[in-house]
Amino acid sequence: MRIYLDHNATTPIHPQVVSTMTEVLQEHFGNASSVHAFGQTAKSYIDEARTSLAELLNARPQEIVFTSGGTESDNLALRGTAESLMPTNRRHIITSCIEHEAVLNTCQALGKQGWKISILPIDHSGVIDPTSLETAITNNTAMVSIMHANNEIGTIQPIDKLAAIAHNVGAVFHTDAVQSVGKVPLSVDDLNVDLLSLSAHKFGGPKGIGALWIRRGSKLVANMTGGRQERNRRPGTENVAGIVGLGVAARLATQNMLDNTTHIAQLRNRLETGILQHVTGTIVNGDRNKRVPNTTNISFDRIEAESLLIALDLEGIAISTGSACSSGTLEPSHVLRAMGFSPHRTQNSIRFSLGASNTDADIDRVVNVLPTVVDKLRNLSRSSERIHA
Amino acid sequence: MRIVTAMSGGVDSSVAAALLADEGYDVIGLSMQLYNQQNDDIKFGSCCTIDDIYDARRVASVLGIPHYIMNLERDFDTHVVSKFINDYLSARTPIPCVHCNSELKFSTLLDRAKGFGALKVATGHYARVEKDSNGMYLLKRGIDHSKDQSYFLFPLTQEQLACAEFPLGKLRKSDVRKYAKSRKLPVAQKPDSHEICFVQDGDYVSFIESREPNAARTGHITNINGETIGSHEGVHKFTIGQRKKLGLSSPIPLYVVSLDSKTNTVTVGPRKAIEKSTLTVSNVNWITGKPLARPRNLMVQIRYQHPEAEATVWPVKNNKARVEFNEPQPAITPGQAAVFYERETVIGGGWID
Repeated sequence: MRIYLDHNATTPIHPQVVSTMTEVLQEHFGNASSVHAFGQTAKSYIDEARTSLAELLNARPQEIVFTSGGTESDNLALRGTAESLMPTNRRHIITSCIEHEAVLNTCQALGKQGWKISILPIDHSGVIDPTSLETAITNNTAMVSIMHANNEIGTIQPIDKLAAIAHNVGAVFHTDAVQSVGKVPLSVDDLNVDLLSLSAHKFGGPKGIGALWIRRGSKLVANMTGGRQERNRRPGTENVAGIVGLGVAARLATQNMLDNTTHIAQLRNRLETGILQHVTGTIVNGDRNKRVPNTTNISFDRIEAESLLIALDLEGIAISTGSACSSGTLEPSHVLRAMGFSPHRTQNSIRFSLGASNTDADIDRVVNVLPTVVDKLRNLSRSSERIHA
Repeated sequence: MRIVTAMSGGVDSSVAAALLADEGYDVIGLSMQLYNQQNDDIKFGSCCTIDDIYDARRVASVLGIPHYIMNLERDFDTHVVSKFINDYLSARTPIPCVHCNSELKFSTLLDRAKGFGALKVATGHYARVEKDSNGMYLLKRGIDHSKDQSYFLFPLTQEQLACAEFPLGKLRKSDVRKYAKSRKLPVAQKPDSHEICFVQDGDYVSFIESREPNAARTGHITNINGETIGSHEGVHKFTIGQRKKLGLSSPIPLYVVSLDSKTNTVTVGPRKAIEKSTLTVSNVNWITGKPLARPRNLMVQIRYQHPEAEATVWPVKNNKARVEFNEPQPAITPGQAAVFYERETVIGGGWID
């Protein structure tokens, strides 16, 4: 049996999601914009999904725009808001150094179009200090985009405080919540944000579908031109089956949130304690309290993370080094680097991200196998570098 | 038994993996990513590019074996690319493939493979490893002499040979193609690569100048009497025995006789002037691990796919050797390897001074 501990990359699709999507694909092929019965059926499925997702976010269904996923949602939020604010004098965007590439590279692109981009720093904790936003923000700031939970280390940012600072100067606040939606209870009102990105496949839904929540009254120009779908925000015939899958995943997440988070946190803590106890030269990266319950990021002394990943995969244990989106590069994680760790500690980090289907037996096996695998690799490694706190 | 196969995405290493998998080995495919390929606008050579890694992955999928990409950019730059450039800047003509074999595939990659519980690393080289009655590992030419690559493997030690598997050593190239076809490998028709993998279109001069802009220094071309007869734009553009692109007009064909990086001089002369009867080599590897006890008559090959020639090989202290050919040899080139053979077996080899 293979053990999957890479849920921040993607999650297994819930069987109920598959069965509902299959039913829609087989039986309800209508175009949701059509007036006839076929269209109406499709539309009703989309409405139901929108309602389920709204419940998960404690939001109104009409505020949700379905997209192709987290990256598109981030692009729509950032580019759409930037374009809507062109008639104003505000030309400043603030983001942070630990964002996903979808946000960082979009901000960089906007920078080339003349927007001034400020990037907030971070310390060892992996949690952004709101005073750094207070320092960076001005009356010219158009928008602030800070992620909710970090994909690599799992730390949760103080979004409500950060959003309040943004709103004080009249700036729009966007959060990339791809790694927190479905994992921790959240409410768009408590977070006090204007825009929130999410992706279905991070919480039991299918790939290729996501959403941007847009607070009523927020100004936003569509990135693409086309039909009038999604209240003019996202043209193109709706991906009905994908939307339905997202809806079912959202409903299941709402129903099972409490059980899942308790179960997952308990497993994650056992895994983390087990590794720290049984493998010498290990250290956890980032604040251990302010983070999502499923993630731990650990650096291993004298080991190439890439080799550890392969060795564990051959043992049937799936983990990752940093983010799946940056695999294949030698560039050390921009998140850990920004946190100020040594290159060695940055390059030798492994991310374990758990999900609801993990069991105590999974954790036992990993804690059992890991010391042997690490010893073997260390004996063959020519590196004598040590990680430093 | 678990065995790692270094998969370049070419037909040879693909068939090597296929043969081992079909024999029942627990095969793990590893592809080395050797250059930064993040930017589409950077151009690469003919091997181990993103396209080749894609091919390797497709082959692994057909074979049903796991496949991983190992990022060895730094090792490759240190052990292969930097040496390549430094050799050219020192008026030597390098063979990067040899370093890639001994410093990457049978060193870093082998260490990693052992970490994954593998006992051996297999490659698609046309060469053979055999164990003699004393338990000594022997390196031999591939059965298909037209493809033999033992020349590129001469620095391998006993420890490395003990962990080396060359499944193609007993096959002819045509059999390898046939096997690829019968096994429906997606690379069955892929053309062979012959060029230096990290240099695009064989234009090594531009590659060196992009890394070392100062390489293009104007210098003199002299004849063997020391008279200046022309000028050149950097010794890295020349190799011993070169006849074309000298920019000289002469009633008789002129060849590059020697290169001097200190004085930045290219010396040219008639065909006769590039023939020599002796050479010395450094950093000699004796396959048994022990230098020859006394001079020995062996066959010596002074470049890849070049006919071997009869010679006497003299062991010299400090890991050196002197080679005296029975007949003068054309274009003995510093930076290339001289590899010593006794019939099919590699006895040793070293780098020509």
